[in-house]
Amino acid sequence: MRRLTPYLLALPSWMWLAIFLVVPMVAMASVSLQTGNAIDGFAMTFSFSNYSDALGRYSTQLLRSLLYGGMATAAMLVIGYPVAYWIAFKGGRRKSMYLFLILLPFFVSFVLRTISWNFLLSDNGILFGTLKGWGLLPDDFHVLATAFAVVGGLTYNFLPFMILPIYVALERVDPRVVEAAQDLYATRAAAFRRVVLPLSLPGVFAGVLMTFVPATADPINAAILGGTANTMIGNIIQTEYLTNLNYPTASALSFTLMAVLLVGIFVYARALGTENVLEAAAR
Amino acid sequence: MNPRPHLPRRDAFRIAGLSAAGLALAACGVQGQKAAPPKADAVQDFWSKQTKHGKVVFANWPEYMPEDQAPLKKFQEATGISYEYKEVIQENAEFFGKAEPVLRAGQSLGYDIVVMTNGIHLQNMIQLGYAVPLDHSKLPNFAANAGQKYKERAYDPGNKYTIPYTSGVTGIAYNTEHVKEDITSIQSLFDSKYKGRVGMMADAQEIANFGMFALGIDPEKSTEADWRKAGDKLKEQRDAGLVRKYYDQSYIDAVSKGDVWLTMAWSGDVFQRQLAGEPVKFVVPEEGGTIWTDNMLIPKGAANPLDALMLMDYLYQPAVAAELDEFIQYVTPVPAVQDLLKEKAKTAEGEDKKALEDMVNSPLMFPTEADYAKLRGYTPLDNKQQQIFNPIFQSVTQA
Repeated sequence: MRRLTPYLLALPSWMWLAIFLVVPMVAMASVSLQTGNAIDGFAMTFSFSNYSDALGRYSTQLLRSLLYGGMATAAMLVIGYPVAYWIAFKGGRRKSMYLFLILLPFFVSFVLRTISWNFLLSDNGILFGTLKGWGLLPDDFHVLATAFAVVGGLTYNFLPFMILPIYVALERVDPRVVEAAQDLYATRAAAFRRVVLPLSLPGVFAGVLMTFVPATADPINAAILGGTANTMIGNIIQTEYLTNLNYPTASALSFTLMAVLLVGIFVYARALGTENVLEAAAR
Repeated sequence: MNPRPHLPRRDAFRIAGLSAAGLALAACGVQGQKAAPPKADAVQDFWSKQTKHGKVVFANWPEYMPEDQAPLKKFQEATGISYEYKEVIQENAEFFGKAEPVLRAGQSLGYDIVVMTNGIHLQNMIQLGYAVPLDHSKLPNFAANAGQKYKERAYDPGNKYTIPYTSGVTGIAYNTEHVKEDITSIQSLFDSKYKGRVGMMADAQEIANFGMFALGIDPEKSTEADWRKAGDKLKEQRDAGLVRKYYDQSYIDAVSKGDVWLTMAWSGDVFQRQLAGEPVKFVVPEEGGTIWTDNMLIPKGAANPLDALMLMDYLYQPAVAAELDEFIQYVTPVPAVQDLLKEKAKTAEGEDKKALEDMVNSPLMFPTEADYAKLRGYTPLDNKQQQIFNPIFQSVTQA
């Protein structure tokens, strides 16, 4: 009995995974191979062409999503790493307050935050309206309804998920190893590059994982901040599913997106070294 | 050469697993639900079994009921039926997408009345048998007070499943601080001087109609070739950089803030903004505008159908309809409202009087026959046609 206890304790989480992940995935995989329509019903025909059709029609949006997701992730890394570094090493006693401040906007719903960006970036809004009033910007200058707004929104919305894992990794770096490096005549830059940075990579990996995946799949930012040529794959899946009731195409696109992201992550994991991945995953 | 050894156990498991997965894949079909039209005696039979429960749940769109909910309160006083009013419907597609799986599983939505716009999703709702056929012997106010037009619905002949809640017009709204001319034509939406300042709607049926109006095509009688022409026209408009964005309901904020200068718009939204003092104006372009109707229906599995039917009928009392329309400012299906508001304007004073007079004289709340002649419905689409129609216009709006 005692031998079984850990398994029994793990049972609820296995059930959770089975019921809420595996079963819906199988159902979705099934639907992605069916043909038909919502009125007459869908039947399994193992039509793998659903995938090629969907990809043929929406490859632009898929590639654009990966591009936007990638750009947003890179921006988050550039912005988030110094913030995490500063909090971890210079935050002192107020560390937890700084972390709280970073999380504070996330007490407001995702959609509302994005809409408030819409308000902020409005052509004649508080920011650009003022600058235009001073003659610093041309009258037809606008940021809303551009790719920049979408990537900016994504960057803003997922930033804490980049900062927190990097912070955790940096927090664990023993200041004494940095001192040791300096004792061995490393410059501050060299100490960072050869000691701190490698030690923080698992955090970077976790951060990238936690931001790139949801940013790429996100439909909200493109819908609220985008223009006529910023549609992302998440918007397409939503339209296919809710408007067209084309469940097979929506499922096929979802699976394709998932596959592309998984492959991307494994390639990335290889590049950073597999041990880091396991370490990051273990956190 | 070794003969191939017997299948290792692990491989056997693997194959078993794969075939189980294959079976599971094949088993998860999505059943079709196409419903045959109900027989008349079955409808009678259904309604003869219904009793009053003293409760009704009404699911509607935002800004479609005065804030004090006076019409519903009076209904409660008059009938003893308590109500729950929920503003949960923001978009037909989204609402239908969420409701469909629930109704398909034979479960109740938890609403006794829902309001949907005539169009693809309402059509699907009826085709799939998700709307309860109405018992017109229990709708005396509708019979007596609804305008003739509202009793002859192409999408629901004989009001078998739905009765109108309100109608509205899709036209052009423009911001008078930025647009210095009087907009009269749909061609303004295609005018290069408004480059990057034009808003169009993302909804396939809405934008399709405007593409067709611009080409002089009647959307109600349009063919696949017409849709393609309209699609090309709209693509040109987009590729020339004229369109800033394809909007949902958020177009109204964009035009009143001046992010877009002119946009496709729904009449009642613009009136409400005008009352709030914002610099927006609404026109029905001379080439035509779209008239649509939001309809009340009882979803299958509703817990209180008789109470729902009573409320639907109650809203057709002229006094109630007038109170409702004074707030929502769309086109009421009860023509007598115009006279009631006229009477009210006579006794009102100051700003109220002015507002009421504006309403009574507005062609967008009380269209004349000449106005109606300019207005067209959405393109009627069967299931197959939808699968051609939707991609044509979605490839415009979701590039």
